[in-house]
Amino acid sequence: MNALQKLLGWVDDRFPLTATWKAHLSEYYAPKNFNFWYFFGSLALLVLVLQIVTGIFLVMHYKPDASLNAAGVPVAFASVEYIMRDVDWGWLIRYLHSTGASAFFVVVYLHMFRGLIYGSYRKPRELIWIFGVIIYLALMAEAFMGYLLPWGQMSYWGAQVIINLFAAVPFIGNDLSLWIRGDFVVGDATLNRFFSFHVIAVPLVLLALVAAHLVALHEVGSNNPDGVEIKKKKDPQTGIPLDGIPFHPYYTVKDILGVVVFLIVFSAVVFFAPEMGGYFLEANNFIPADPLKTPPHIAPVWYFTPYYAILRAVPPLLGSQFPGVLLMGVAVMIFFALPWLDRSPVKSIRYRGPIFKWFLAAFVVSFIGLGWLGILPATPLYTWIARGLSVVYFAFFLLMPWYTKIDKTKPEPERVTG
Amino acid sequence: MKLIKKLLTVLAFVPLAAAAAGGATVHLDKAPVNLSDKASLQRGAKIFVNYCLSCHSASYMRYSRLQDIGLTEEQIKSNLLFAGDKVGETMTVAMNYKDAKAWFGAAPPDLSVVARSRDPDWLYTYLRSFYRDETRPTGWNNIVFDKVGMPHVLADLQGEQVARFKKEKDHEGTEHEVFERFELTKPGSVTLAQYDSMVGDLVNYLTWMAEPVKTKRMQLGLLVLAFLAVFFVIAYYLKKEFWKDVH
Repeated sequence: MNALQKLLGWVDDRFPLTATWKAHLSEYYAPKNFNFWYFFGSLALLVLVLQIVTGIFLVMHYKPDASLNAAGVPVAFASVEYIMRDVDWGWLIRYLHSTGASAFFVVVYLHMFRGLIYGSYRKPRELIWIFGVIIYLALMAEAFMGYLLPWGQMSYWGAQVIINLFAAVPFIGNDLSLWIRGDFVVGDATLNRFFSFHVIAVPLVLLALVAAHLVALHEVGSNNPDGVEIKKKKDPQTGIPLDGIPFHPYYTVKDILGVVVFLIVFSAVVFFAPEMGGYFLEANNFIPADPLKTPPHIAPVWYFTPYYAILRAVPPLLGSQFPGVLLMGVAVMIFFALPWLDRSPVKSIRYRGPIFKWFLAAFVVSFIGLGWLGILPATPLYTWIARGLSVVYFAFFLLMPWYTKIDKTKPEPERVTG
Repeated sequence: MKLIKKLLTVLAFVPLAAAAAGGATVHLDKAPVNLSDKASLQRGAKIFVNYCLSCHSASYMRYSRLQDIGLTEEQIKSNLLFAGDKVGETMTVAMNYKDAKAWFGAAPPDLSVVARSRDPDWLYTYLRSFYRDETRPTGWNNIVFDKVGMPHVLADLQGEQVARFKKEKDHEGTEHEVFERFELTKPGSVTLAQYDSMVGDLVNYLTWMAEPVKTKRMQLGLLVLAFLAVFFVIAYYLKKEFWKDVH
């Protein structure tokens, strides 16, 4: 026994290092038929780490301070430009972080879509899905609060609009929005509490939830594009699933390939189009926040626009915007119910019938369509299109118990088909 | 998947049809931005310091950064610095922003990142679109920024021009005054072509100043992508080697 093995033995007697390695990597058996859609889980983890690491360095130089400096510019806004110009490699760290925020939503949306098409939320993976939806909610909070920090015009007025939504809640609305802002308008108090939540509270919650998401996944095992349980067919001698391969090294080397392709696309944006035509960094956000000057058109960042379009599509009731706010909230929360709405005897889209495929296609179109409309100013025509698409969005969920039951499915195979 | 693609294609035409119904805006001239033209950037820097910096600050921009456009520290000190300023300092103005607000109605905005909030084409057109308008307190108005608070500080170069408008009916039959052309009423110290070229240099400089690292960023990007391309080949064969026994 060499010294290294001795050390490992010493640790293993006191901490389950080897056992953990085996349980989650070298002897975690994943289905061998993962396809393209299965890259986005590990990519989401990569972006999470990227955001935390770049965030740590940004906090070293960023100042959450809404007061004006000698030149009449808010200190917070000026500190971001200081990072862009005077901090060594600050521009790169900042662009990685700002592009990372959008990239996070890209990979998470694709990761969720994977779950939708292969039925990854179905029994016994309901808790994995629920943890995932909470991660999605936490991510939205994280992105929303982080967006205020550069203290530009869009940061400021975006936050103003969203916090004012809470004012639409009956009876307690005004007090609620005041409590969130910490002031009568978005100001220094708001900036400081959002900073605190953005760098400490929400990241802690996110990390804990990601851990829970993975522990639950490794407890029941991964789903796959065929939606069949690989644990049902095991090697009688070893007890290893016949269609399972150890996550490490097979999927670690495969995920490296996914990471490289992701980094190529990601770097192309960071180095050649960090504003991404105004979708990742908006032109208006290069103007310091001015509480007295409302921009003519306020739109949230692209990843919130589907919900923003639903909000605007709902007509006010008795002069209150509350129905829109409520429906927007329901549009996000309804993902929680998915495992119980789906009554199909099969999980994967490969064995589903045509009705599900039509509904799923309509849902994708409604989500992207609403996202597109949420970027544009609301005209009467757009509002009517948004209403139609909102109906499609909710129909996908609310009619699911019915159409998944009557749909004509194909028989699932015994083993994965590769 | 095919179905989704089909439906998305249909959806893609919706905004196009709606955009056609949108209103008209002022035509913007293309700004001659070329970040690798260091002579132009240096001329632009000189115009910026001489004409803009008396009222507008560029408070995130350090004089020393001008070395990136090919100026030496000596050149910056002798040509661009005001007496008493140090080369490591940022481009601030002596005017207090509170006084400025009282005098102009709005404090002249800091111009460090103006080319990122405003399109360079907008800046290029704006700086060439001042015209005499005696109804304004400063005596100046602007075609792309109606009722602008800023006077035409480059008038001694460009000269003075007046705007001619024509009446036009929109599709609903309402009459509007539409800008037609400028008429030079008092020539400036340079020709209009020279003036356009000077404003072009200035906008080029403003674009550079908004993100001085841009050229370096793109050069570095090529290196990063080249590295990743090599890494991709390695990762591809690594994966292939490990997976050859999976059937």
